[in-house]
Amino acid sequence: MSQHIVPRSTYVAIYLALMVLTAVTTGVAFFDLGLANPVVALSIAVLKASLVVLFFMHMRWSSRLTMVVAGSALFWLGIMLVLTMSDYATRGWAWF
Amino acid sequence: MPREDSIGAAVDDTRTATVHEPELKHHFDDMAQQHEAATLGMWLFLATEVLFFGGLFAAYMLYRVWYPGTFGDASRSLDITLGTINTAVLITSSLTMAMAVHAAATGERRTTMIFIVLTMVLGAAFLGIKGVEYYEKFAEHHVPGLSFHFEGQAPERAQLFFSLYFAMTGLHALHMIIGLGIMSVILYMTWRGAFSTRWHTPVEISGLYWHFVDIVWIFLFPLLYLVDRHK
Repeated sequence: MSQHIVPRSTYVAIYLALMVLTAVTTGVAFFDLGLANPVVALSIAVLKASLVVLFFMHMRWSSRLTMVVAGSALFWLGIMLVLTMSDYATRGWAWF
Repeated sequence: MPREDSIGAAVDDTRTATVHEPELKHHFDDMAQQHEAATLGMWLFLATEVLFFGGLFAAYMLYRVWYPGTFGDASRSLDITLGTINTAVLITSSLTMAMAVHAAATGERRTTMIFIVLTMVLGAAFLGIKGVEYYEKFAEHHVPGLSFHFEGQAPERAQLFFSLYFAMTGLHALHMIIGLGIMSVILYMTWRGAFSTRWHTPVEISGLYWHFVDIVWIFLFPLLYLVDRHK
C-alpha cells in the first residue's frame, strides 16, 4: 500500500512547533522592525503552512505527481500575484 | 469449461480473485491506485481553492501597498487576543484531525470518532469566537456600508480594509461551515463502520480539506491582525 502511517509523536511535535511559531509571530509584531515586520510575519506563515502541508497533509510521503499538482497551485498563484503587482507598479511609467 | 463475461471473452479467474475486494471500484487496478487517484483529485481541487482565495489575497496586497498607514490603523482596531486564540484553536483542530486520520488508518473506530468530534467542537469554537469579533465590528460601526464610521484618518481607505477583512474571513468561515458538514458525514460513516485499515480514504481526503482551511487562516492571521502592531 502507498499509505504511510505517521506516528502520533510526529503530529504532536509538529503541533508544538506550530504553536511556538504562532506565539513568536504575535510577539514579534509588537516590535518595530521597519520593513522587516511583514517579511518576518509572512516567512513564519510560510514556514507554518509548509509544516502543515508536509506532515499533517502527508506531502512528505506523497507521490511525485501529487507534489507537482500541489506545486502548480503555488506556480499559478505566483503568476496571479506577480503580474497583478507588476501591472499596478508600472502604471506611472508614462514615458512612451 | 472457462467462464465468459457479457461480451463473450474468457474471464481470467485468477485476476478477478485477487481484485475482488468490496472497497475497490472496478475501474481501478488495485487499492493503491484507487487511493492515489482520490488523493490526487483532492489536491487538484485544493489547487483551485488556492487560486479562489488568491484573488482576494491579490486585492489585499495591492491596497496594502497603496494605503499602508490606514491598513495599520484599521488592523490595530481588530482584537489581537481573540485572533491569536482563534489561531491556536484552529491549529489544535488540525492536530485532532491528523489524529483522527491516524486512528482510522490503524482501525480504531472509537478513537476516530472521538477525534472527529473534537475537531468539530474546535471548528465550532473558532466560528463562535469569530462571531464575537463580528459582533464587535457591528457595534463599532466598522462594517462597510452606510453606517460605517472610522475614527482615524482616511475612513474611505479603512472601509476598503474592512471590506477585505469581511470578504476574506467570511469566505474562510464559509469553508469552516462546509468543513463541519463534511465532518458530520465522516462521523456518521465511521459510526456505521464504513472504514477499515484497508479503506478509510474519505477520512484522509476530508482531512486534507480541513488542513487547507487551517493554512488559509495561517496567512489571514498575520495579514489582517499583525499590520504595524508596534505603533
